[in-house]
Amino acid sequence: MAGLAAAFGSGAMTNSTPEFSQHTRCFLITGSNTTETHSLIASHVLKAKERGATVVVIDPREVQIGRLADLYLRPRPGTDVAWLNGLMYVIITEELADQEFIETRTEGFEEMWRVVQGYPPERVEEITGIPAEDLRAAARMYAQNKPAAILYAMGITQHTTGTDNVKSIANLAMLTGNLGVPGGGVNPLRGQNNVQGACDVGGLPNVYPGYQAVTSPEAKAKFEAAWGVEGLPDRVGLSVVEMVNAAGEGRLRGFFVMGENPLLSDPDIHHARECLEKLEFLAVQDIFMTETAQLAHVVLPAASFAEKDGTFTATDRRIQRVRKAVDPPGQAKADWEILCMLAQRLGAAGFDFASPAEVMDEIARVTPSYGGVTYERLDREGSLQWPVPSADHPGTPYLHREKFTRGRGRFHAIEFQEAAELPDEEYPFILTTGRIMFQYHTGTMTRRSPKLEQEAPEPYVEMNPEDAARIGLDGARRVRVISRRGEIEIAVRLTERIRPGVVFIPFHYAEAAANVLTHAALDPVAKIPEYKVCAVRVEPVAESET
Amino acid sequence: MDYRNILTICPYCGAGCGLYLQVLDGEIVGVMPDKEHPVSQGKLCIKGWNAAAFVHHPDRLTTPLIREGDSFREASWDEALGLVADRLTHIRDTYGPDALGFLVSAKCTNEENYLAQKLARAVFKTNNVDHCARL
Repeated sequence: MAGLAAAFGSGAMTNSTPEFSQHTRCFLITGSNTTETHSLIASHVLKAKERGATVVVIDPREVQIGRLADLYLRPRPGTDVAWLNGLMYVIITEELADQEFIETRTEGFEEMWRVVQGYPPERVEEITGIPAEDLRAAARMYAQNKPAAILYAMGITQHTTGTDNVKSIANLAMLTGNLGVPGGGVNPLRGQNNVQGACDVGGLPNVYPGYQAVTSPEAKAKFEAAWGVEGLPDRVGLSVVEMVNAAGEGRLRGFFVMGENPLLSDPDIHHARECLEKLEFLAVQDIFMTETAQLAHVVLPAASFAEKDGTFTATDRRIQRVRKAVDPPGQAKADWEILCMLAQRLGAAGFDFASPAEVMDEIARVTPSYGGVTYERLDREGSLQWPVPSADHPGTPYLHREKFTRGRGRFHAIEFQEAAELPDEEYPFILTTGRIMFQYHTGTMTRRSPKLEQEAPEPYVEMNPEDAARIGLDGARRVRVISRRGEIEIAVRLTERIRPGVVFIPFHYAEAAANVLTHAALDPVAKIPEYKVCAVRVEPVAESET
Repeated sequence: MDYRNILTICPYCGAGCGLYLQVLDGEIVGVMPDKEHPVSQGKLCIKGWNAAAFVHHPDRLTTPLIREGDSFREASWDEALGLVADRLTHIRDTYGPDALGFLVSAKCTNEENYLAQKLARAVFKTNNVDHCARL
């Protein structure tokens, strides 16, 4: 999101899901296993393909959408900036760029070009393994079929160079004038139902609701007045991974966790556990006894989505109503009620809300992009896409129509950098992690859903048959995967979907947790861990050992 | 017999598909797609069709718990919230506001996330607020 904010002034999906089936003529999909993890977004892509749209997929794993694509390219993991620069090189040198858009809507083209001219397709082939001719073909498809939409997910962001990757994607879309038009744009697909909303309402260390910077004196004064308090903190706080590390160092002593399971979702789990065990006090509010809750001093029982009212904001900035269907079990309560009770216990004013609708009224007062949102409108209109600044504003299906949020769109000159941990003699494979269709995140919900668990009950590592021969797998069903952080024993699946030299593990499973192995190296700006690249060794487990 | 269809949003990925929870006598008995929804248009993926399968699971937490040694004991809301308030206040007063951290949630509602960050910032005076958007 930091990458998009730097390029456009606003860090969210620029376009809307329904536009894909209606308007888009070319898709460039990268780092997104769209059919498995965002199936109903993928259905709009497939509908577009039926009416003749072109689909280009660039991904180290041959994900299902890759098999349906007109062109599928398989780069070495961690080389995204190189192939993105390569696409731009082809588009610029073959004069397929949108000159008018570049001149009237953007800045920084010359600096960008000075870097990009160092990425002819032959050099990109050396770095990424993508054949030069295929890269040229992809560049032509993307540039010549407008509107073209780029769809990406965590395969792009979960790298130490994640912010660079996103800026490069923004460069490519601006270069071809694919912004501010229906069916185009730069479209990060958010993994969780309300990641977008949690960010929008200030669930981040650097911003108040509506992305108003905590370091801005005006924003501080505004929120002090709105909340009736003084002395709001004006320094940027710590991100998740930084908070866990601070706990390990004794700087963070008390941790309040609402509906998250950092012990399974954080990189380098052994380290995360050691850190959380040092806390003086850990409170966890959740619907199940998660791995993190087991370490807590106090566990508070929360209501699930079916037991409360509220709103979620979908990945295309779509604010929608969640409605209470049943009562929570036993004494469990909705998170909003628990938070209000806790605040009142602390003697704090400003938490006497009778319903989530009243909380939304306060959100609308302090968050310009949500200014026109009320439950009454959501009930009547179904959904509203932000920005919806006032009661009479219809909402915004696509962003940056006449100008960018920051005025002109900004090109960034980005050089390719290798991932933080590369394979070597001792750890010769690249491990990349991800998700599968039947499970979800740390499995707290899906692993307790019988039909889903039945489809995918067991963790596994995907490996190319060539590599299996090289490590002498010799029919063994299980392997040990070892990194500098830890090791797990896991079933092995041989498949051509993964390129030689790379292995893949879904991260949902506590019993063979991929994040025991992953590297906690962070993107310096977005503070996202490098889940998509770390070095591992793989050894067969003899039948006698199992 | 009390039967109702409640229109809501899927709790899984960020696509934001619309669905009805089918409720019979206070229990969810099924899920039905919303044909009018602009994104899902009457369809759901396998996770969506099973969106409510965990709601009535016997493992659900039903009472506040307080640690005692290696296990937990059941507690009242009053006692549990009193302990949370006392310990967080003590840590802030002893080590300063930035010795506290708050994880809000990509699974909770906008209203809940708003209140959680307001609690961290306005009451405890720390910006150590984040969630797993990055993970």
